[in-house]
Amino acid sequence: MNKARSNPFNTVAMHGALILYTLIALFPVFVILINSFKERRSIFREPLALPDADSFSTIGYETVMQQGDFFLYFQNSMIVTVASLFFVLLFGAMAAYALSEYRFRGNMIMGLYLALGIMIPIRIGTVAILEMMVATGLVNSLWALILVYTAQGLPLAVFILSEFMRQVSDDLKNAGRIDGLSEYTIFFRLVLPLVRPAMATVAVFNMIPIWNDLWFPLILAPAEETKTLTLGSQVFIGQFVTDWNAVLSALSMAILPVLVLYVIFSRQLIRGITSGAVK
Amino acid sequence: MTALSLQNVNKSFGEVHVLKDINMEVEEGEFVVFVGPSGCGKSTLLRVIAGLEDASSGEIRIGGEVVNLTPPSKRGIAMVFQSYALYPHLNVRGNMTLALKQEGQSKALIEERVQEASRMLNLEPYLDRFPSELSGGQRQRVAIARAIVREPKLFLFDEPLSNLDAALRMNTRIEIANLHRQLGASMIYVTHDQTEAMTLADKIVVLRDGRVEQIGSPMELYNNPANQFVAGFLGSPSMNFFPAQLLQEGDDRTMGVRPEDLFLDDSGALAARVSHVEKLGGDTNVIAQVNDHQITARLFGQHAVEPGQDLRLGFKPQNAYHFNREGMRVD
Ligand SMILES: Nc1ncnc2c1ncn2[C@@H]1O[C@H](COP(=O)(O)OP(=O)(O)OP(=O)(O)O)[C@@H](O)[C@H]1O
Ligand SMILES: [Mg+2]
Repeated sequence: MNKARSNPFNTVAMHGALILYTLIALFPVFVILINSFKERRSIFREPLALPDADSFSTIGYETVMQQGDFFLYFQNSMIVTVASLFFVLLFGAMAAYALSEYRFRGNMIMGLYLALGIMIPIRIGTVAILEMMVATGLVNSLWALILVYTAQGLPLAVFILSEFMRQVSDDLKNAGRIDGLSEYTIFFRLVLPLVRPAMATVAVFNMIPIWNDLWFPLILAPAEETKTLTLGSQVFIGQFVTDWNAVLSALSMAILPVLVLYVIFSRQLIRGITSGAVK
Repeated sequence: MTALSLQNVNKSFGEVHVLKDINMEVEEGEFVVFVGPSGCGKSTLLRVIAGLEDASSGEIRIGGEVVNLTPPSKRGIAMVFQSYALYPHLNVRGNMTLALKQEGQSKALIEERVQEASRMLNLEPYLDRFPSELSGGQRQRVAIARAIVREPKLFLFDEPLSNLDAALRMNTRIEIANLHRQLGASMIYVTHDQTEAMTLADKIVVLRDGRVEQIGSPMELYNNPANQFVAGFLGSPSMNFFPAQLLQEGDDRTMGVRPEDLFLDDSGALAARVSHVEKLGGDTNVIAQVNDHQITARLFGQHAVEPGQDLRLGFKPQNAYHFNREGMRVD
């Protein structure tokens, strides 16, 4: 065993640092959660106190349920996030595979072009995107958001995934070719499982900004039936009065699905059956 | 019938000319070994034969048919890779049967072939295990079994033993030789280990820098090398080279004598000072300096030779090889 790891002092220091970091990272979430179950006055009087018999109230959640169609917003956010991630991963992985596996004219240029998007924020093109969406009649549809988020996520996905795909053993792909597998089967059955950790990384990186985005829903899909959760929660934040109970309750509920998605992806980060395939 | 014939095969990667005008034939049932130093294009040649790379020019025939445009799976070949390349998501049985399922063979036939191959390679206890649960030697045997079940016309092995330790390598080498005898199929085997080459081959193809240097049976190449490269490449320890003018004034050729052809001889032609001695029990390797040229002599049996000692080494004239300045054999 590694010497540094078996030293008890190091173990304690390492765990101490990690626990401290965990507490710092979880603190805001914790504050939001406890305050969402308190009545308005106690939120401001003692923001760090746990809800007790006096201060406990679910008024925030009730407001959220009554105001607007919260479950619809929820569903919209979920659809947009999951669909965007799906397309980012699918097209990103396919492009990355083509770039890393096949030698063709313009391969380098294509890779650079696809990576350029990492450096240019997509919001700069908002006006042009809006015009395009109007022209194609996609405004106020979830497709508008899915397309934009897919475009936004692709550059980094292609960049990260092609790096990982280059490392997948050539022999394995060649064995598949000799055994008569089609290029699609090789891609889906041999290569994708081996780059699963990279796919999970890309998914996690893309998920949070999409879920939290306010900009594009506000511009491209502000209609009642296409509102996302983030946009829907904005009704509680007024210029002069803010319904803090409702805001905190909405936030608490918005955290849950992201948490679930995150747990799903992070499990993929752990390499399982891939070890031992190629020595 | 010829199992494989290559005619004027060239392969370039962009500017890099890797295979230069390769011509050769593999007869039915023959065991052919490609040897050569690292980077000389052995793997590339094998991949061109398999169809994993397209030849830039030239003709490849397998079993008499031109296969330049045939995809790898339809060429009637099977390949065993250096890195095993087992499918991680399939168990041993799945690895062995994938190609047959892909071809649409019947269940009964698949089962029969799996039984046969796993019996040959003693894999029966492991059929339900995944590659990650096998040792290196077992994985290599699965890789070989995966090739066998397809009953190919031509087997291609790319340095299949280089990841195994010495003892296992010898066992697997014998196993491959047995397999060749049982199956009677044509095999091409890439290695840079010359023991493997000498022991397994019916025919050795020596490659250097993408060119065929010489083709012949192991003993032909050993006894009658066409040039200095082949002479130095085969045999261990490798052949000694020194200028012929050490022995005869005005001779500008290079002379080559194998270490095993040198012997202690008080009237021998070479006056040497011993710099190092390796006593192996059965053999004694004497490394000595002759006028700044290092010479290795492999003496049979045990000899009381010590470093620093002066001695004379002799050889029979018929055991000496001569090469001109371009390295070609001239006798
Ligand atoms: N895809 C490629 N693109 C460019 N050059 C390549 C490519 N593949 C191989 N080469 C070059 O071709 C030459 C031969 O490579 P190859 O892998 O066939 O060597 P080898 O004889 O198998 O060596 P080793 O014994 O180390 O396996 C090398 O110089 C290598 O750099
Ligand atoms: Mg090689």
